Amino acid sequence: MTRWGMVIDLDKCFACQSCTLACRMENNTPVAGPDQAARGRTILWNEVLPSIDGSYPRPTVTLIPRPCQHCDSPACVRVCPVGATYKNEEGLVLVNYSRCIGCRMCTVACPYQVRYFNWYPPEWPEALRAHLNPDPEVAPRPRGVVEKCTFCVQRLRKAREGAAAAGRAFQATDYIPACVQTCTGHARYFGDLDDPDSLVSQLARSPRAFRLQEEMGTQPKVYYLKQG
Amino acid sequence: MEAGLAAQHETALESIVLAPLRQTGRQFRLVCAGLGLLVLVGIFAVARQWTLGLGVTGLNRPVYWGVYIVDFVFFIGISHAGTLISAILRVTQAEWRRPITRIAEAITFFALILGALQIWIDLGRPERIVFLFYWGRFQSPLLWDVTCVSVYMLSSTLYLYLPLIPDLARLRDRMIGGEGDGRRGAWRLRLYTAMALGWHGGREQRRRLERGIGVMAILIIPIAVSVHTVVSWIFGMNMQPMWHSTILGPYFVVGAIYSGIAMLFIFMTIIRRAWHLEPIIGARQYDYLGILLLVMSAFWGYFTLSEYLTTGYGTMVQDTQVLAAKLSQEFAPWFYGMLVCNVVIPFGVLLWRRGRTPLGCFVASLAIVVGMWVERFTIVIPTLTRPSLGPANGSYAPTWNELAIMAGSLALFALLFLLFFKLFPAISLWEVEEGEVVALARQKAQELAEEGLEGLHGTLAG
Repeated sequence: MTRWGMVIDLDKCFACQSCTLACRMENNTPVAGPDQAARGRTILWNEVLPSIDGSYPRPTVTLIPRPCQHCDSPACVRVCPVGATYKNEEGLVLVNYSRCIGCRMCTVACPYQVRYFNWYPPEWPEALRAHLNPDPEVAPRPRGVVEKCTFCVQRLRKAREGAAAAGRAFQATDYIPACVQTCTGHARYFGDLDDPDSLVSQLARSPRAFRLQEEMGTQPKVYYLKQG
Repeated sequence: MEAGLAAQHETALESIVLAPLRQTGRQFRLVCAGLGLLVLVGIFAVARQWTLGLGVTGLNRPVYWGVYIVDFVFFIGISHAGTLISAILRVTQAEWRRPITRIAEAITFFALILGALQIWIDLGRPERIVFLFYWGRFQSPLLWDVTCVSVYMLSSTLYLYLPLIPDLARLRDRMIGGEGDGRRGAWRLRLYTAMALGWHGGREQRRRLERGIGVMAILIIPIAVSVHTVVSWIFGMNMQPMWHSTILGPYFVVGAIYSGIAMLFIFMTIIRRAWHLEPIIGARQYDYLGILLLVMSAFWGYFTLSEYLTTGYGTMVQDTQVLAAKLSQEFAPWFYGMLVCNVVIPFGVLLWRRGRTPLGCFVASLAIVVGMWVERFTIVIPTLTRPSLGPANGSYAPTWNELAIMAGSLALFALLFLLFFKLFPAISLWEVEEGEVVALARQKAQELAEEGLEGLHGTLAG
């Protein structure tokens, strides 16, 4: 079985945040505007989190690009009262927007803060509206529901369709999320963790590999390679 | 036995208890109008939120839960008044409970309605609330809440209704004729007659009723404990600092009973004054219940100490962050305010017999009700403001929309309570009468015993 996972090399990331932008264009996340952003209501499926330890003259800055961790034991799925969020057979943690009741149990349960709530109906400035991704699978979400990174699951469908149209078998390398494709420093890798020969599973076994808050037992499928 | 009641003269007790059901003063109408206005403001705020979205609240990321969830825990906590006073005291046959059981049971009933309402108001998609029943998954603590609160709602409705039946029959027999207030009297009569279920007070009916009440009194205790335990688990089951703790369940149960008794004191004092029930609810009720309140204050203080000392003694990074937020950072005023309201004031007032008067208990209870709201606030919010990963420290300030809904909810709670006791007696007449008979019998037995003893002495002396 395929088990989609990601590896992010922190040595190669220089925090240009093009992953965040590519994600926004691919997945039609709404623009919060300065007022709402100041109130902590931006929706960014992918974020680059700065963490600064120590102080001048010897500060240590760590930048962590953070998509959904697509945990194998997801805290969000466990607490959802209506089964609106679920893990599919390929390990992707997804949200059924027409099922979500907006109780925000999952947003509170997620130790990685990857889940976002639609406080208002989604909005875009005119110029951006014209460039919304027309794929119905990423149609703007209504107000009152939770949304999050899907590893661009619509691209998986397209990749499968593409392979079928070309008359060949679908391969794991056909599918790549927008953030991985766009990453300026080639810091992101994506693929099948269950295939021991895939690049991601090799990198995930590297001595540099670690996962965020591993002690939580959530078993994320996003691995990081230590910097330094 | 009660068949000829209508013909009989009313007892003094009946006159006192039924008087407020017969006449309504201007003051009462004014209070109701005021409360009704607040309820309307609350309804407007709910409508606004349902139209525009939860954006009208002060909620944000990472503080996804706010006043509504705090109010939910608060109201469910208040609902424990009925269980404790009524069920536990009934089971242990504490005679002094008799005049206050009805008030306690009514608080439970209305607080539960308001509590459940808060969860609905909090939803991002309120119209999908039925999904909880249709798609509900028992893996989620939220569904545990839905289940336990529904069961508690059903059983407490029954538990309020059963002891009301004999009084309803009496209302059916007493409230007709005499006053002759036309149509109003007619619908009331129909209501009482229907609800009295043909009660005539025969031996068999009484036996069955007592049995039903006895069973419910025992059943409702574990149900109530389960309710507040699972309420705590919507927090406790999440791996978040200072939530993921085994003490949370019992801590919430203790806090619930504590705030429940305090709310009972407040409502019972108001209704005692406004309904002129001073001859029935007396110093004994305040004294004994005051001691119980003090005991719960000590329990609550002990649980709080256990929880905070355990966290503070350790050095776990995330726990320590949340603890610091409460002890020395932005939530410190809330935290220390909570301690003053829940421990210092109650002990200062209730420790002394002079303090356990209606006024003393009322003041201490006001402090406790406020303090317990703040307690829920300091449990829910600080943890959310210190996410283990992600944005810098969160902050939260409720908007007027949230405060309007809170004010409206409190007003609706009080309004339902007052209107209920305009329609039904605030005192369980038959139980108080039964208490009088029990007291009389005891006195008689005492006298006989003494007489017998004297006689015996006489014989021996002779």
